[in-house]
Amino acid sequence: MSRPISRGALSRLRPDNWIRAAARAWRRSLRLRVVALTLLLSSIVTALLGLFLMDRVGHGLLVDKRRAALGDVSSGLAYARGQLDSAAPGDPGSVDALVETITTELGRRGSPSGLFDVAVLPSNGSSDGYHTEPLDTRDIPPKLRQQVRGGAEAETYTDVRRGTKVERALVIGAPLSAAVGGYEVYYVFPLHTEQQTLSLVTRVLLLGGAGLIGLLAAVVWLVSRQVVTPVRMAARIAERFAAGRLAERMVVRGNDEIARLAASFNDMAGVLQRQIDQLEELSRAQRRFTADVSHELRTPLATIRMAADVLYESRGDFPPAMSRSAEILTGQLERFERLLADLLEISRYDARAAVLEPDTVDVAALVRHAAEEFAPSAARAGTRIDVEIDPASAPDGVLLADVDPRRLDRVLRNLLANAIDHAEGAPVEVRLAASPDTLAIRVRDHGIGFRPQESERVFDRFWRADPSRSRATGGTGLGLSIALEDARLHGGELVGWGREGEGASFRLLLPRRAGGALGPAPLALTSHSSPVRLARSP
Amino acid sequence: MANAAPPPAPDGGGHPRPRILVVDDDAALAEMLGIVLRREGFQPVFVVSGDQAMDVFHRARPDVVLLDLMLPGRDGLDVCRDIRAESGVPIVMLTARTDTVDVVRGLEAGADDYVVKPFKPVELLARIRARLRRLTADGAEHLHIDDIDIDIASHDVRRDGVPLALTPLEFDLLATLARSARQVLTREALLSQVWGYHHAADTRLVNVHVQRLRAKVERDPEHPRVVVTVRGIGYRAGPP
Repeated sequence: MSRPISRGALSRLRPDNWIRAAARAWRRSLRLRVVALTLLLSSIVTALLGLFLMDRVGHGLLVDKRRAALGDVSSGLAYARGQLDSAAPGDPGSVDALVETITTELGRRGSPSGLFDVAVLPSNGSSDGYHTEPLDTRDIPPKLRQQVRGGAEAETYTDVRRGTKVERALVIGAPLSAAVGGYEVYYVFPLHTEQQTLSLVTRVLLLGGAGLIGLLAAVVWLVSRQVVTPVRMAARIAERFAAGRLAERMVVRGNDEIARLAASFNDMAGVLQRQIDQLEELSRAQRRFTADVSHELRTPLATIRMAADVLYESRGDFPPAMSRSAEILTGQLERFERLLADLLEISRYDARAAVLEPDTVDVAALVRHAAEEFAPSAARAGTRIDVEIDPASAPDGVLLADVDPRRLDRVLRNLLANAIDHAEGAPVEVRLAASPDTLAIRVRDHGIGFRPQESERVFDRFWRADPSRSRATGGTGLGLSIALEDARLHGGELVGWGREGEGASFRLLLPRRAGGALGPAPLALTSHSSPVRLARSP
Repeated sequence: MANAAPPPAPDGGGHPRPRILVVDDDAALAEMLGIVLRREGFQPVFVVSGDQAMDVFHRARPDVVLLDLMLPGRDGLDVCRDIRAESGVPIVMLTARTDTVDVVRGLEAGADDYVVKPFKPVELLARIRARLRRLTADGAEHLHIDDIDIDIASHDVRRDGVPLALTPLEFDLLATLARSARQVLTREALLSQVWGYHHAADTRLVNVHVQRLRAKVERDPEHPRVVVTVRGIGYRAGPP
């Protein structure tokens, strides 16, 4: 069974792909460009030089030929004129014979070397005359004959047939004495020797030029390698360095520009590495400090906590002042613990020591649990929590997402505590919806709200909408800051909206897959259908 | 937790006054733990360094161990591993570290549960009581999951007649799953039924112990047939 050719394989063979591949290679390879440009320029220069040389050589050959030819012609003419002058005038028959003799004689002079052909033609323009073989007298250009008939010696280059061959030839014509009725002598000098020489020179030049260009290309290829190889190496090492392999260095060889590039790169890498190490050391120190503080504070606090609880439980046996003191001690201790926990969490974020621990969990259950847990404190504040889970997003009431359950739980608690604190008795609405890639939780209250321009400040540490208000649920003032950091650690966002007297709304968006990107929000920021002004967290 | 009159008898446990071994180097914390534990009717035994922990453990034969992970001398994790190597006694670790690495390391060393400092005494006592409470059988209750036989009354687990050495916590976890066979138990439900937590979103505790349990009861822990994960929800007993 033959394997079918895939469409991909076919499309790879299409010419536009080749062109694209070539264009990409052109853009990506400095070396290819250098070699190609060198080839192009050297070809042009070699071609120009070759043409010039050809012209000079051709010219030189023709000049020599012409000089020799003119010598032949003048000596021939002298002989012919002498013969004709000595002939008896008025006898056309004898003149005719004499012309034949002259033609033969002139032809004989040329024949040993085969240097030229001779024709003696009557001045009446007829091509019928005496000539040596294999000349065809019709090949003598009429224009030349006209000039010669005018009484001048003239010459031209033309193509003549010699047997089956057509050859370039120099034709020199001159009038013979008019006394015997008018004859013209034409010398035809074939130039095939010169042409042979010239074509030999052409071949040599072509071959030499091509060889030169090839050699040049090879030299440029090798030379460019000297430059491009270190540049490529530098690029590769810079890429590795950028990818975090801070120990990568270039090899410094010699003392040239490439070596300087390598040395400068290494210097830069060294400085960067030192600074990064320093920063990491700082961050490590801060993390260690946070961990140490955490441990050193937590142990005595645990003791204090237990002692306070023992006192608190025995407060019925105490006089009123002591009993009340035990209550206050326990209450404030709880507040202190929460503050410590939040401060440690914030400093963990500041030290970039916070790590996301995603797990696939049922977010709907998480939201329901958190709401249930806050029901008593909502009731104490004279409000209630209204949970609505989008049935389309959570079939069978289950909505799975890869989130850090402890952090999401903490965000929910912070948002719920914040909403209950500011709800003024109006119900707190919690909405949960999700698209395949994005999870949205919105906590909306209809309490005092805040001014729109404060929507970014609500995430500031220890910020209060109304400084005179106490925190009924015992919030530390760090809850929303931590919630924002938790959202960001997930690659999500937390946005607040508020209107004085209309309440506030916070919407958390998280990617459903760990490390995924946020899609369009499945929930609007407010429960109003009218367009809202988005207040995005910084 | 009003506690004026005689301390209530702790539920379960082998002794009328269950012995709690407190391994902690902080004297004030240990003393305070002692006060709280005694008020609740427990009998605390103290060790201040990791080096002596095993000796005292052998002599005291405690019902529960409270173990601080940061100890002078031998590391708390090593003590935890040593105790686990010879006994299934419930271990609750006390930790000042909340990072998952630290928590998971402790759980993997064999701790059943953990309490983060500063803890509420009620919370700690709830953890201890949950560890002392054992499942009670409804008559002669026998359960099967895949090729595992469970006898609730005698706390016996066998595969093909060969007994498997499970810690009490692992046994409770397995039996709880087996009792609601083929039903999915959420991690929250397991945290509540096995560990006695309410409203807990901590999945680490369940995840680590399911792994430890699988290492003992599964023929191939990579392809579990006894304790099966239901993605995102929880676990259920029985082959997939």
